[in-house]
Amino acid sequence: MDIWKIIVSSTPEILAAGIKYTLPIAIVSFILGLILALLTALARISTRGGAFKIVKWICSFYIWLFRSTPLLVQLFIVYFGLPYLKIKGIFPHGIQMDPVLAGILTFTLNTGAYCSETIRGAIQSIPNGQWEAAASIGMTRSLALRRIILPQAVRVSLPPLANSFISLVKDTSLAASITIVEMFEVSQQIAAANYQPLVMYTLVAAYYAIACTLLAWLQSYLEKVTSRYVTPVN
Amino acid sequence: MIKIEKLDKNYAEHHALKDISTAFPDHQTTVILGPSGSGKSTLLRSLNLLERPESGKFDFGDIHIDYSQPISDATTLDVRRHTEMVFQQFNLFPHLTVLQNIIEGPVHVLKHDKDAATKEAHEILTKVGLADKADVYPSSLSGGQAQRVAIARSLAMHPEYIFLDEPTSALDPELELEVLKVLLQIAKEQQSMIIVTHNMAFAQKVADKILFVENGQLLFDGPTAEFFNTDNERIRNFVSAMTFQDL
Repeated sequence: MDIWKIIVSSTPEILAAGIKYTLPIAIVSFILGLILALLTALARISTRGGAFKIVKWICSFYIWLFRSTPLLVQLFIVYFGLPYLKIKGIFPHGIQMDPVLAGILTFTLNTGAYCSETIRGAIQSIPNGQWEAAASIGMTRSLALRRIILPQAVRVSLPPLANSFISLVKDTSLAASITIVEMFEVSQQIAAANYQPLVMYTLVAAYYAIACTLLAWLQSYLEKVTSRYVTPVN
Repeated sequence: MIKIEKLDKNYAEHHALKDISTAFPDHQTTVILGPSGSGKSTLLRSLNLLERPESGKFDFGDIHIDYSQPISDATTLDVRRHTEMVFQQFNLFPHLTVLQNIIEGPVHVLKHDKDAATKEAHEILTKVGLADKADVYPSSLSGGQAQRVAIARSLAMHPEYIFLDEPTSALDPELELEVLKVLLQIAKEQQSMIIVTHNMAFAQKVADKILFVENGQLLFDGPTAEFFNTDNERIRNFVSAMTFQDL
């Protein structure tokens, strides 16, 4: 069978799966993950003490948990494991989720843990003098954070956050293992039918590469926009 | 008038300020002198609570602080809204243009009208000799220009006091001169200022009052002329070293 014919005939199906599952899961998970990451990072750098220490501890525990266990195992626990978590009164029949929901939940928690550390690092890389100058013009800590610190931290955190997003796009292929028919799963099904695993997996790899290359371009564009104020270094 | 009484600051391995009592008269310039590590910056930074002394009292208009007691955020903000700090390393906001740096406080802290704040910012920039720099980012400024923008940023807040922490120590002499001229001009307009500096010629010219701090202790507190004509051997040695008389 002609390779080009295989490519041409299977591409619509693979791209449709990409548009229906891969990209939406990656984008939604990343946006939710960023929100989670920002909240947990801010909690961890907060100067508040007292009962708030419990919140900080929970955030640290969450980050430790999701960075210390494999993403594939996390997906299995959420999708195959939680239905067996039966708690009387709350979940008498266990927690059953639609696979896409289970996927988005797991990817959000996973990428949120990594991005939280990125954002915390970016905020802490802003020199203390910026906080002091903001305090000196009478800003509260939260106003200083919003107006002075975070806008600068965005620039610092862009390359590592783009890394996380690009990783996430590729990691959505793991969703095949929880029955989601995303790009990789479709290529697997076609390969099983036409006995062309080399062609099919190389083809789907190429589509992931194209998506990630476009994202890398978007990253350089955003870096350019957010670095307007920095003197160019040769 | 800012008054402090029995100010004491202890770091883990270092007694930075020992029992300092003095006053900083309004509409005058007080210069704090002393060797590096003597506690001058700590003293200055204690006044707007960037440093927190362990004990002592602070009186400034209606604000009365006992450093040994908890200080509310409201009190801290109150002090900072009546004072401004100019830093050795400028600490301009690099993501904002010169103009945006200057109107940031008036617009977002004082909630002043943006157009009025912008108009005033241009006037202040003209005054510090940087009328043409409004729309550039701080990264393209020389050190002397950056420090003048920092001074403009503090003036825009109309503080009762401006604190300057070694404002020219990071600058070479030509750039330093630009900044000192601006400060002399502001002093002439009777803006209350407290300046930490190593520049003796400038101190002699701008100061109404001098404080000399060494090892966290206040060794001199008096008028400028008296300081430069003192019989105190330690102070004479310090001044002669700082002005390279023995070179």
